[in-house]
Amino acid sequence: MEVAAPQAAVPVIELVGVSKRFGAIQALKEVDLSLYAGEVHALVGENGAGKSTLVKILAGVHRPDRGLLKISGEAVELRSPAQAQAAGIAVIHQEPTLFPDLDVAENVFMGHQPRDRLGRIDWRRMYREVEQLLQSLGVELNVYLPVRGLSVADRQLVEIARALSQDARVLIMDEPTASLSPREVEELFTIVEQLRARQVAILFVSHRLEEVFRLASRVTVLRDGQRVITAPAQDLTPEETVRHMVGRELAALFPKEEAAVGEVVLEVRHLSRAGLFRDVSFQLRRGEILGLAGLVGAGRTEVARVLFGIDQAESGEILVDGRPVSIRSPREAMRYGIAYVPEDRHQQGLVLDFSIARNITLSILKRVARFSLIRSRQELKIAADYAERLHVRGGRLTQPVRALSGGNQQKVVLGKWLATEPRILILDEPTRGIDIGAKAEVHRIVSELAARGLAILLISSELPEILAMSDRVLVMHEGRISGLFSRAEADQEKVMLAATGQNRQSR
Amino acid sequence: MSDSSEVKRPALNLDASSAAAPSAPALAKEDRRAAASGGGLAHGLAWVRSWEALLLVLLVLSLALGSALSPYFLSLSNFSLLISDMMEKALMALTMTLIVIAGEIDLSVASILGLASVVLGYTWSHGLPLGLAIVLVLLIGALCGLVNGLAVTRLGLPSLVVTLGTLALFRGLAYVVMGDQAVSSFPPAFTNFGFGTVPGTLIPWPFVLFVALALIFSLLLHRSTLGRQIYAIGSNKEAARFAGIRVEDIKLLLFVLSGLMAALAGVVFTARFSNARADNALGFELDVVTIVLLGGVNIFGGSGSLPGVVLSLLIIGVLRNALGLADISGDIQNIAVGALLILSVLGPNVVRRFQEAASRRRAAEKGPAGGPAHGAARSVPEETGAARAREGGQRR
Repeated sequence: MEVAAPQAAVPVIELVGVSKRFGAIQALKEVDLSLYAGEVHALVGENGAGKSTLVKILAGVHRPDRGLLKISGEAVELRSPAQAQAAGIAVIHQEPTLFPDLDVAENVFMGHQPRDRLGRIDWRRMYREVEQLLQSLGVELNVYLPVRGLSVADRQLVEIARALSQDARVLIMDEPTASLSPREVEELFTIVEQLRARQVAILFVSHRLEEVFRLASRVTVLRDGQRVITAPAQDLTPEETVRHMVGRELAALFPKEEAAVGEVVLEVRHLSRAGLFRDVSFQLRRGEILGLAGLVGAGRTEVARVLFGIDQAESGEILVDGRPVSIRSPREAMRYGIAYVPEDRHQQGLVLDFSIARNITLSILKRVARFSLIRSRQELKIAADYAERLHVRGGRLTQPVRALSGGNQQKVVLGKWLATEPRILILDEPTRGIDIGAKAEVHRIVSELAARGLAILLISSELPEILAMSDRVLVMHEGRISGLFSRAEADQEKVMLAATGQNRQSR
Repeated sequence: MSDSSEVKRPALNLDASSAAAPSAPALAKEDRRAAASGGGLAHGLAWVRSWEALLLVLLVLSLALGSALSPYFLSLSNFSLLISDMMEKALMALTMTLIVIAGEIDLSVASILGLASVVLGYTWSHGLPLGLAIVLVLLIGALCGLVNGLAVTRLGLPSLVVTLGTLALFRGLAYVVMGDQAVSSFPPAFTNFGFGTVPGTLIPWPFVLFVALALIFSLLLHRSTLGRQIYAIGSNKEAARFAGIRVEDIKLLLFVLSGLMAALAGVVFTARFSNARADNALGFELDVVTIVLLGGVNIFGGSGSLPGVVLSLLIIGVLRNALGLADISGDIQNIAVGALLILSVLGPNVVRRFQEAASRRRAAEKGPAGGPAHGAARSVPEETGAARAREGGQRR
């Protein structure tokens, strides 16, 4: 592998002290990053570390609050994606966005078609140039085919060809291999090598560390919006990289109280759903919090949806109290004592126009009604009970939940599900997007619930949360279980290695 | 596998978190009081109230218009007639309100009415006892609704398209049954129900039927668990599903009810005019939809109330009657109704835009430092897309 940054050269593109803030969330904090011609620079980090924000700043989608963006040593401002393109920066997306009904060549030259002297599109030249371009990359692709129907890999090729046709000097590849088969990944890597040889500067964003270490000459690790390290790849090992990625602050977390763990209430055997997850098995016990860790897209929510009857598994078994059950709807799931606090509060958890009280009683309407007529006093009493227990603040029970803060909204969702008196509670990212104080409160509540004998499946992308709360930690990687750790064994590195699929050889 | 309890993690300081959780204000108590005073009725009541106030103003205006247009307008017998003339639309508006609140629409109601009327006339004139014929007709109406409902819930087609199709289909069936023939002799007991009034008053019998059904539907929509679920479905179908509500089953039920109600309206229509023809109630769906939307029901679902719909029913009735007295033909009257339909959807949007602009200005005056703690939830990217789009669709 060649040595990192060629000494004398000026970086093709450089970020100096870039910060970006979205509301209360500091997405990037004084990040430096440089890309040299002919290098593959990997950008790695956990979910929410700031990778996408950084990519979007380079692509002209976001503008930094502070800091400089330099191209060939000169400070510039990119006000739009079009300006970024004009400056020679191209982004290859995980799911390419092209015009599906136009053919390959038209997509490559969209917006800068070759013209003849009369200003008409020179079709013959266009197809010839695209063919040459693809040939030079060693790719066989019919330039007359419409893009609709091409594989993701082929569509990425079209995007790459498009970038080259515009003489892009910087290529940002955002999780390019996420939906590729192993063979397609190999082909993509061959092309990346060629691009490197052509002196293109490549930023390779990925959480697949084995790919990072195959391709990259330098690696930058982001954590919580900050750059942790930039180092030549040969100076790092995957283990060290993971250590840099994790090591997050554990502040303001509420660790789980010790609780007597009882009998198995939920068991999942070899559960599969095509393309989403495969052969998932685990047990969940009374009084236990089972953490379910993994990267975004690992299939955790998809498993939860099947357990709650929203989707159906294609094979495998679900057992409640040792008896096999089939759960075909949320209603049936509720009958088995399962409750699900979904990932998307606004779309799935709440009816935003409904009041606090109405949201809390939405799944227990029968209990607040007599002869199918709702007794408002009974409804408000039950709602007040849960709102009080969960410390919902910020509004009267009759006010719409839309007006509440994220944390209080989440408590309303929790209240709604606790009102069903479940025995099995699935929490999907229960603290996402809520402030630290509310987070700690949610943790305290969850811990109390486990102590009272609920069996809890906690899905979270925040490792510290998983580690502080869970009795055991289950890890998923690309649709499969890639690790199971006891509370004693689990630490950030082990879980992260399993989540990135790095522990396969050791298993 | 693991044993959970052997190792204690370094205990994290909990004080910070409990300090961050100040004692909850006496929220519950306040709300119980609100409940006792009936304040637990509806959120956003203020909005509905002001919309209904606007409807009242509109009603007074149309009454004034009526009395200006014709000296016969302000008489009890004219009001009896006016009410009587609205009854079929009124009945269909009851179920239409539920359907639109649930986020769907049924454009086929007037055609079901026509089909029902024709089947009633045909079977009665071919010797079926009238009682049986009415039962049969109601069943057919329910069946028509079932067809609509199944296409919407099981095939996942948009109700706008499905019922536009069945609007043509059911009307076509009515022509198949009877062509351009008519049946116009029915037993007096039946037509008396149509023409007649409660003895000693000018109250038409169909109005009694409507009042009874309106009370039942008000209870159903505003007090029952089914009504609550209908609002939830129209407001956020996904969240309703996640809350264990049988979204598709309830929608199916509503379409069946709508078909049934349209058939009942068909029976009333046949009795009132003592006439069964395939083109009965042609174009009534325009009035029904207008009544519902003008009544304050959100075309995107999720909000609206029956009292509002009843007010709007009176407005349309008065307007049509007044224009009729002024010798303006039904087709020309449609211009007014059509304009009202568009205004009833447009008006609230304009009002909302003004309100939003006003609140933006207020926020701007307060200064940009709205405090990141508050701004946080609003500006997190996840909030923007779908949620914001929905918000845009909310009307009142």
